[in-house]
Amino acid sequence: MSNSKQSPTRRDFMRLGLGAAGGLAMSGGFIPRVFAADQPPIGTWPAGMSGNSVFIGIAVPRTGTYAVQGEDELKGWQLAVEHLNSGHPLMQKISPRTKKGVLGKEVKYGVADSAAKPNDAVQAEQRFITENKAVLMTGSTSSAVAVALNKLAQREKVLYVTGISGSNDTTGKDCVRYGFRQNFYGQTAAAAIGPVIVKAYGKNKKVAYLTPDYTYGHTVTKSCQDYLATAGWSTVTNQVAPLGAPDYSSYLLNVANSGADVLINVNWGHDAVLSTQQAQRFGILDKMKLVIPYQIPFLAPEVGNNLTAGVYAATDFWWTLEDKFPLAKMFVDEFRKKFGYNPEWGANNAYMSFAMWADAVENAGTFYPPDVIKSFEAGRKLQSTVGEVYIRKEDHQCVRPVIIVQGKKQSEMKNKEDFWNVLEIVPGEGLMQKPDAFGCKLGDYT
Amino acid sequence: MINWANFISQVFNGLALGALLALISSGLTIIYGTLGVLNLAHGAMFMLGGYAGFVAYQATGSYIVAVAAGSLALLVLGILMERVIIRHFYGRPHEDQLLVTFGLSICFVELVRFFFGSESRNVAPPGPLSGVVSLGFAIYPTYRVALMGIVAVALVVLFLVLYRTRLGMIVRAGIEDAVMVDSLGIDVYRVFMVVFGIGAMAAGFAGIVNAPVVSLTPEVGEAILVQTFVVVVIGGVGSFPGAVLGGLIAGEIISITSMINPGYAYVMLFAAMTLVLMLRPHGLLGTPGRE
Repeated sequence: MSNSKQSPTRRDFMRLGLGAAGGLAMSGGFIPRVFAADQPPIGTWPAGMSGNSVFIGIAVPRTGTYAVQGEDELKGWQLAVEHLNSGHPLMQKISPRTKKGVLGKEVKYGVADSAAKPNDAVQAEQRFITENKAVLMTGSTSSAVAVALNKLAQREKVLYVTGISGSNDTTGKDCVRYGFRQNFYGQTAAAAIGPVIVKAYGKNKKVAYLTPDYTYGHTVTKSCQDYLATAGWSTVTNQVAPLGAPDYSSYLLNVANSGADVLINVNWGHDAVLSTQQAQRFGILDKMKLVIPYQIPFLAPEVGNNLTAGVYAATDFWWTLEDKFPLAKMFVDEFRKKFGYNPEWGANNAYMSFAMWADAVENAGTFYPPDVIKSFEAGRKLQSTVGEVYIRKEDHQCVRPVIIVQGKKQSEMKNKEDFWNVLEIVPGEGLMQKPDAFGCKLGDYT
Repeated sequence: MINWANFISQVFNGLALGALLALISSGLTIIYGTLGVLNLAHGAMFMLGGYAGFVAYQATGSYIVAVAAGSLALLVLGILMERVIIRHFYGRPHEDQLLVTFGLSICFVELVRFFFGSESRNVAPPGPLSGVVSLGFAIYPTYRVALMGIVAVALVVLFLVLYRTRLGMIVRAGIEDAVMVDSLGIDVYRVFMVVFGIGAMAAGFAGIVNAPVVSLTPEVGEAILVQTFVVVVIGGVGSFPGAVLGGLIAGEIISITSMINPGYAYVMLFAAMTLVLMLRPHGLLGTPGRE
């Protein structure tokens, strides 16, 4: 016994060794690096992180129907990259392990115009992967693009965080292991705004829908129909129009002749601007209440607040949330300082999606994609511009609040950008469907 | 939404849509018929007419001045384009003509985006034409009703120029046989310049009179260009009456199909074009050999 105290035995050595290894594993940073170093190359790893910098490919619409919203998104990503590289306090509040860069590497990015077309976006990202060894892809202001990039991400084993994407399919039937979404979507939009409009307009109403003819439009309309049916609301017409339709007159005549009480306009981007303006010119908005289930950045200034006054909308973020959330104030201040206007929700989503990726990488301690994915899936609660949020591991959808706003009258606006009044901040947990309800099967890590 | 009231509304709306398509298409078909140049910049010229008018409208607040500015600006631009660029491509393959006009359209769109941004711009209809009017079977925007009249007048003026003037006679002769016109001692290239200018002016005029209907964006001409080509193919390449007929048919197809199934409104337009190409390749009023 006395001998064993004086000289360490083989058992003591093993106990100490395993204890030390276990301790390092608990600390979260070391083990994945060791594991990753032993892995065969995957996607752009390790080539994409071999230098002093890492590259992000951004495919965003700078032309076409969604160009205005795309430019706003791009500014959000640009601010995020700047904050990542400088180790800005706002970024550190969302991603506490961030110092400068991501894992000490400078973040660089390239931008391509997707025109909200899936083919253009996929080609651009493929080029970023091949030529720049992108470790992360982002982009989309159209869910058709998000779904296409999801598939590219899974095939190429390169991570993808969506830009704006409102379709249930993005983290539903078209979800992938390599894709993640921060923003709200059809299901949560409908579940959040449904009770508000039923309370405001009563039960058993007749609804006309204007629906863009692709995955976003179909799933958002379906979610609204499903929710509102529980309050006895019925669909009297659903006008499905192609993206970028040059004129809505024939659709609006059908709406005008439908006898609807409420017009739910699911159109987006310039399509929403045009269809809303034309609805007013056809006298429809004098007879029907307008509801916007998926708020369109810059809609109010483009159509004029006389058309959005009193209109209910669901959104991801509105700049006056700076009065409620400290991080929102920091974000709005920083954005306004750099770009000269208050950010829309696309910019906020863009910023948050990069911050969440940085947090996942920093916690994984490696850019090795499967470890970063597992880090995303760990369910860590993050502080965001709308409070605490986290990624749901089963479908890679961020669990986050939905913001209900109502358009202000001219007389109520405190400044020229004060278009919406925040009515409610609806917690995300209760809005979401069960993880497998929309058919999500994430796929493999490798 | 199939009922008589809606049907009559949609037929009427089809006429309104078709009239505008006819006006834009007439410019395209005159240029192609005379010069043999398929002008892919026609949609961008439609857009430029809208923006030129918008600038004038911002400066003066006058709809009339805006329409005049949009039309004249494109007349001048059309003549400049023809003199500086297009005339060098008369003898070159169609592929070259397509590429140069496509390139010009990209330049026009991006120049407008550079100066005006992607945000939509609005031109208000003149005071007496704002608001809605009850037609008995439908409530319809007053300006759209007036627009049918405006476009009808413009088409009649174009018709008179083409069919009742010496210039028009030369243009029509040029459409049939440009070499023969040239050999008769007529400066056919000067006629080409005028024709390109008139075609551009028709696009510019359509762009500005349509501005109060749609909000202006740099891409406003792109979607309309595709429809315009469909109209020209249906009506017959190079045929002015064909452009009018094709426009009205296209408007009615979009409108009436949307009543039955809105998702197929534009699909049916292309289906109709396919049918015409199969059964009558030179279009409904076109001349065989020009398809």
